[in-house]
Amino acid sequence: MATTLTSMQGITKRFPGTLANDGIDLEIAPGVVHALLGENGAGKSTLMNILSGRYRPDAGEILIGGTPVRFHSPRDALRAGIGMVHQHFLLVANQTVAENVALGHKTPRAILCWSRIEDEVRRLSEAYRLPLDPRARIDELSLGQQQRVEILKLLYRQADILILDEPTAVLTPGEIDELFATLRRIAREGRSVIFITHKLEEVMEIADRITILRRGRRVADLTPADVENRRELARLMVGREVVLRVDRTPVAPGETVLELRSCSGQGDRGQRAFQRVSFAVRRGEIFAIVGVAGNGQRDLVAAITGSQRLSGGQLLVFGKPHGAGGPPPMDRIAYIPEDRAGTGSLPGLDLTDNLLLTTYPSFCRRGVFRREAARRWAEAQLDQFHVVAPSLTASARQLSGGNLQKLILARELSKGPDLIIAEQPTHGLDIGATMDVWDELLRQRARAGILLISGDLREALSLSDRIAVIFRGQLMGVFSTDDEDAIAEIGPMMAGVVQAS
Amino acid sequence: MRLTLERRLVPSQRAVWAGQTVAVLLAFAMGAAVLRLTGADPLAAYAVMAEGALGSLYNLSEVVVKAIPLMLCGLAVAVAARIQIWNIGGEGQLVLGGIGAAGVALFLSPHLPSAIVLPLMLAAGFLAGGLWALIPGFLRARLEVNEILTTLMLNYVAIFWLEHLYFGPWRDPMGMGFPGTAMFPDVAWLQRLPGTRIHLGLCFALLAALLLHWILSRTRWGYEIRVIGENPRAARYAGMRIDRHILWVMLVSGGLAGVAGMAEVSGIHYRLQQGLAVGYGYTGIIVGWLGRLHPGGILVVSLFIAGLLVGGDQLQAVMHLPSSVGLVLEGTLLFFVLGSDFLSRYRLRWRKEDPWTPRA
Repeated sequence: MATTLTSMQGITKRFPGTLANDGIDLEIAPGVVHALLGENGAGKSTLMNILSGRYRPDAGEILIGGTPVRFHSPRDALRAGIGMVHQHFLLVANQTVAENVALGHKTPRAILCWSRIEDEVRRLSEAYRLPLDPRARIDELSLGQQQRVEILKLLYRQADILILDEPTAVLTPGEIDELFATLRRIAREGRSVIFITHKLEEVMEIADRITILRRGRRVADLTPADVENRRELARLMVGREVVLRVDRTPVAPGETVLELRSCSGQGDRGQRAFQRVSFAVRRGEIFAIVGVAGNGQRDLVAAITGSQRLSGGQLLVFGKPHGAGGPPPMDRIAYIPEDRAGTGSLPGLDLTDNLLLTTYPSFCRRGVFRREAARRWAEAQLDQFHVVAPSLTASARQLSGGNLQKLILARELSKGPDLIIAEQPTHGLDIGATMDVWDELLRQRARAGILLISGDLREALSLSDRIAVIFRGQLMGVFSTDDEDAIAEIGPMMAGVVQAS
Repeated sequence: MRLTLERRLVPSQRAVWAGQTVAVLLAFAMGAAVLRLTGADPLAAYAVMAEGALGSLYNLSEVVVKAIPLMLCGLAVAVAARIQIWNIGGEGQLVLGGIGAAGVALFLSPHLPSAIVLPLMLAAGFLAGGLWALIPGFLRARLEVNEILTTLMLNYVAIFWLEHLYFGPWRDPMGMGFPGTAMFPDVAWLQRLPGTRIHLGLCFALLAALLLHWILSRTRWGYEIRVIGENPRAARYAGMRIDRHILWVMLVSGGLAGVAGMAEVSGIHYRLQQGLAVGYGYTGIIVGWLGRLHPGGILVVSLFIAGLLVGGDQLQAVMHLPSSVGLVLEGTLLFFVLGSDFLSRYRLRWRKEDPWTPRA
């Protein structure tokens, strides 16, 4: 059992376009459940991927008991007693629990003794109250059971530090209680548990120690006893954001272009994604929905753009009801999807093809392309939106994130839309590209209604006229961005803390 | 030192051509090794193959004859692959095309004006092959059943149907018990180039390649196919109906293989009999991929592969070697060309171990 302190010092990790970890220090004591709290994109997972040997830091050191160690792979980290349960489980679906537990574990003998492995799995699962049948196949198990297999894998390898990345996301309330009991049992033995989350109530329930990350930096390191109330914790996590000065000339709002009346919807696995959501977006305004990722935003947008069905309520686009009957009139709607490379573009095809993705019907006459017209138009679009590209025949894969986003904007805005849906439009972009995107959205506000979905409170405050907070699929209130008092409440609300008044 | 793979942002054109050349040379070197193992002189064997394929005008014409079904089956594979569907069922679709055409020739042609018999056979061949391919197409589009298995398995079903027909209900009553249908009336024969067996099917194949190229590169439908093949999620985002496109593509793909079957029965055999299902559908898969799924490339490659087949037959006749040497060459060609294709998209690099290694 570990009695030694593990520490990370000055960890810095840079990804193209972002600084994921910026000189982070972290100390993990034995026998402790240590919560790593922060918004999506705060750098929690990156930091833990470094500790578990999956990434290598650009700078900084990991010390175990004062001795610097360098991990070349997760296997190295595991040998040093550090293992991680990722959000997406790394299990072989068509093999049994025991086979998964034994997988990759070096045994001195060439022939595996399955009965011995199964006995060991059974023993561990009883000792830690992780009920599992060692002979069950992974694809027969629920997500909660699969998570137990992942934890068993680490216990089987006698890890001293177990890292769990948002473990409660896939669990039911009852399962969460069981998981917490197991984690406490593990910590009592002198092992450490690192618990990545953005949920405040869980932190307060289970953590012995709390480290808060924001935008790649460590902003606080405390114990639950230090926390006076959850709002303080929420504010530390979300931050008191300075509104950037953007030139936001007032526009008189026009008619309603999008209206949701008590809409509910389900996610792709049939779980409830959002409930009784009501709001309206008018021409001439930017309406922002802010929230930590995973609170139903994605399914809400999918319902509005017609790729998912509502399970209840009424959706009106340009005053006409939609939802059950076919897609909304996408020729009047610009949709800037969150996933630029995977959904919004065609990485292997050229820029003309990419610009045509949602606009091609207008370049076809009786099913045949007017190629010259399309090419000339594409050239003009790249020019107008200052997309830096080698040529029209370059593939979209060659563009930087910012230029790809400008290309998508060019394509979507060329429709002359009446409604713009912008989903995390500046996520991962550098400040220059961010400002370009903001400017363009503000310019479009003169002629269209804009629905902005963002996890970035600063962005929402800078751009929008009204803000709604989404938490667990429900809108927590709608505020005008002129209302200074209300704005102070938004951060805590994003983390699910509502003022009792 | 460690060998790592790096993705190239832009496939290197030079690497593509160099790789292709090296791949062909390597395949022939490998073939030579196999020939050596059988105890033959590789150079002499290659000379016989070259002589067999290119030695005379008639031999050359035989290469063209074999290239016709290969072209059509290669195009069938290519159009499906463009939308990321693996149609391994060209063989069965070819057989169905032959059955459809034969049905028209045997039972309808006496009641029809002679001018429309061949066009009707062509349509029947296309439709029979296309509808056969729609079975796996439908299963894939609606129920997400893997089309690789279903198309492959339906090949066997198609061949059993074929045998059932010419052994059973469609067998020629005057055929002295030989398995096969009666000979088609001559209004159902495709014109041949005098002195050769090259038939009008060549024009079908060339026209199909041209038309397919035009459709894929110039039309709305072709663009949608390209988008779906590249990124289905983006296609859904743009509002394209992927399942509907899969059905159309399977109809066209199966139809092209069906036309190959129609051309075989109506241009070569003049009846349904053994020898219709000789593997053109499978070889078409190799043709499609070696031709890089491009109609022009497929035309060239089909001639090349047909040359190997004809040359391989000659090997058997002259040197008493197994004609399967041609098949071995086909296989190694596919192996090396796909390998070189991979290397044009990725770069192999020796890397020094980086400094981030466990300290001693």
